Amino acid sequence: MSTATTPVDTAPSDTRAPRAHLLRRLMANPLGGPAIVFLLFVAVVAVIGPFVAPNDPSATSLQNIFAPPGDGLVLGGDSAGRDIFSRLLVATSFSIAGGLLVAAVASAIGVTAGLVAGYFGGWVDTMGSWFTALTMSLPSIIVLIAARSVIGPSMWLTMAIFGVFISPVYYRVVYNSVRAVRNELYVDAARTSGLSTPRIIGRHILLAVRAPVILLTSGIIAAGIGMQAGFDFLGLGDPTIPTWGQMLNEGFYNINRSGLLVLWPSLALGLTLIALTLLGTALRDELEGTGDERAKKLPAWTPSQESDPLLTHGEPVPDPLLEVDGLAVAYEGKTYWTTVVHDARLRVARGKTHGLVGESGSGKSQTAFGILGLLPMGGRVVDGSIRFDGQELVGLSYDDMNKLRGHRIAYVPQEPMSNLDPAFTVGSQLTDPLVIVQGLSRAEARERAISLLGLVGIPDPQRTFDSYPHQLSGGMAQRVLIAGAVASHPDLLIADEPTTALDVTVQAEVLDLLRDLQQELGMAILIVTHNFGVVADLCDHVSVMRKGVIVETGAAEDVFREPKHPYTQSLFDAIPSGAPRAPLPGVTSSGDLGTGSLS
Amino acid sequence: MLKFVGKRLLAGIALVAALSVLTFFLLQTGSSDTARRIAGQSATEEAVAQVEARLGLDQPVMQQFLNWAGGALRGDFGVSWFNGQPVTDAVLSRISVTVSLAVGSVVLTALIGIVLGALAATRRGWLDRTVQFLGVLGQAIPGFLMALFLVIVFAIKLDWFPATGYTKPGDSVNEWLLSITLPVVALTIGSIGGVAQQVRGSMIDVLNRDFVRTLRSRGLPVRRIVFRHVLRNAAGPALSVLGLQFVILLGGAVIVEQLFSIPGLGPLALTSTSLGDIPIVMGIVIMTAIVVTIVNTLVDIAQAWLNPKVRLS
Repeated sequence: MSTATTPVDTAPSDTRAPRAHLLRRLMANPLGGPAIVFLLFVAVVAVIGPFVAPNDPSATSLQNIFAPPGDGLVLGGDSAGRDIFSRLLVATSFSIAGGLLVAAVASAIGVTAGLVAGYFGGWVDTMGSWFTALTMSLPSIIVLIAARSVIGPSMWLTMAIFGVFISPVYYRVVYNSVRAVRNELYVDAARTSGLSTPRIIGRHILLAVRAPVILLTSGIIAAGIGMQAGFDFLGLGDPTIPTWGQMLNEGFYNINRSGLLVLWPSLALGLTLIALTLLGTALRDELEGTGDERAKKLPAWTPSQESDPLLTHGEPVPDPLLEVDGLAVAYEGKTYWTTVVHDARLRVARGKTHGLVGESGSGKSQTAFGILGLLPMGGRVVDGSIRFDGQELVGLSYDDMNKLRGHRIAYVPQEPMSNLDPAFTVGSQLTDPLVIVQGLSRAEARERAISLLGLVGIPDPQRTFDSYPHQLSGGMAQRVLIAGAVASHPDLLIADEPTTALDVTVQAEVLDLLRDLQQELGMAILIVTHNFGVVADLCDHVSVMRKGVIVETGAAEDVFREPKHPYTQSLFDAIPSGAPRAPLPGVTSSGDLGTGSLS
Repeated sequence: MLKFVGKRLLAGIALVAALSVLTFFLLQTGSSDTARRIAGQSATEEAVAQVEARLGLDQPVMQQFLNWAGGALRGDFGVSWFNGQPVTDAVLSRISVTVSLAVGSVVLTALIGIVLGALAATRRGWLDRTVQFLGVLGQAIPGFLMALFLVIVFAIKLDWFPATGYTKPGDSVNEWLLSITLPVVALTIGSIGGVAQQVRGSMIDVLNRDFVRTLRSRGLPVRRIVFRHVLRNAAGPALSVLGLQFVILLGGAVIVEQLFSIPGLGPLALTSTSLGDIPIVMGIVIMTAIVVTIVNTLVDIAQAWLNPKVRLS
């Protein structure tokens, strides 16, 4: 994403309560609230269950085998005549305890190792990645089954082993957070100001890893409870400790005698796991602010500011190719619009070059994307009109707009490398639109693409055609993108800072190329730039943009000679003295680079 | 690329070797009184000593390990302590069933997960919410609970599928399909959500990349861009998550097999761990690790191949 998409308007800042009220926010969350209430209920049962259970959960009784509910047995008796209700209460206690043990062991090991390895690196780091790789190479149930052949049916040991085995989940998250934080300035500052190492870790890094660790824990508790249930369902658990898994096993193998046996532990297990997962989702939404609050509260867009009057030089352009009037571009937020372009007016003459100048973030790229109908996600043209050769573009469907894009309107981006798909060769990226959009045959498209590469001054077109983007230099990549843009002989080429990402020497070559192509193909160019040198070098007309508003427009010569708006004047003052303000536009370029291949 | 593949293979071999050493010493030295348990409580000291000598348990631990490792390198993982069956035969005949369950589930998961994820990324709306719901469900509900539910509804109540039992594909393909449908569906439901969410997330990332805008500016239809460029660039993360899912599904299969009485790794693991039949348990651990390591290595190589920077170097 180019830097120019940064909104200019300072949006109202996030007014939500600070982290101290996390619990309150969670309770208000549509997923988090019910999940917390249910988990609190489960927690209470887990704590008091063993004490309030009316009967011994393991006491068998012949006359209570498959006893119906009632008569002192709230939920009836199971296949050994044990009290289901008492078993459920006690099982809740042990199941939750098992999950908590897993989380405790896993976090103790994973967080400690992650902190140490992330901060110091070295052998702990190596050990950590080896152990992580080991745990990735086996399903944990296999490990637990194998361990049981040595340790026997012990619930606590089994859960502790699972905790060790799953600890890399914490390790990786903590390790990555620490790595990210470690090199940040404030830790460096703390280090130079003489704080001891443990205090650096304690103060800064624990703060950074707190959120992801809290987040993981709900998932790990759920994983522990689920694993214990599976293990006990297989009949591998300690028969003296009732758990949900054992009750499931007992219920499943007696399903034909009593369907209810399997119902209670399934409900307890399923609902608890769902509640823990929903709590995790809600936690993530609240901690990371990724909540999916749809834009229901979003009011209709309204003009947010008084715009300066547009200062013009000379007569307006007769019969312009592109007419933009009152254009406003805004991004939808959760509760407000961020307006990035406001009341913009622009006239681009046929076959001429028009510079759109302004500092970064002034909304010039947004104007260009608005004209192309290619605003980033959430952005919209909310007001105004864009007429191209008399045709209104605002409100056109994507498909209708596609009849112009790639035919009569083309685009050259700012950052050449990120604008080529790294997975495909240059040739395939050039020929695909020629085949799909222009309807050429594969062979014709190939021939055409190679001649286009020659046209933009690439010395060995065939070799570049077969190359992947990462094998090209930035200047070459930009020539490839220009070749792709002019492939359809467009009437309007929109170039968004086409030289900003390039070396100074390459910049001049690319500008020469654009000028030569324009003379060759007779197209109009709208060039977005923050560089008055580019304007002076290339442009017939110029518009100056500031804070989302176009403040001054006119023939480049006039604007250069007599800037009216104070902002334009300050832009001129910002050009380092000694930098060439000439040659002025209108003077024919003597650049001959690439002209040889233009014929 | 060749260098990368070579390095990755070596790492895989080293991992399995490290795991073998670790497992051997944790299991072999952890189990005590083995010969007495095998010979029986009432056996004479002599009989116990005989068993010890026969199984090589009277030798020093280091020697035992070298014997085992030497055999394992030739594909011989020893014999069961209790019935003398060769470990390699016992485990291989079972692991193929389990792996086929896991592979079937992964393929189904990939097909449905990728399509759902791609649709959720491009269409949003109710599909997006479905994917999120499936993600929560899959994360929350363990495979065996899902399987339990499916058995009760579709096998016991509706009687559409056999509740238990397994038919070999060699005997009857139809019966075999019927017998593995419920287990595979149970395993798949849990993993679709995770894959779909990953595909959705990485596709949205790619959709926001600069080159997608440039492709759009060339007038290419959205469908062409999504299927040719976005899916291709999002394939890497999707492959990674499918590799992870394979391990999870393999573990899930072990439990689900027991539920459906499918003669896979699960039932074998249960009986041998209850008996304390260490050679079989070791065989299960090592061979499972070999299968997973092969899959992980293939995933890594596929990842590298997808990336021209690695492929061409």
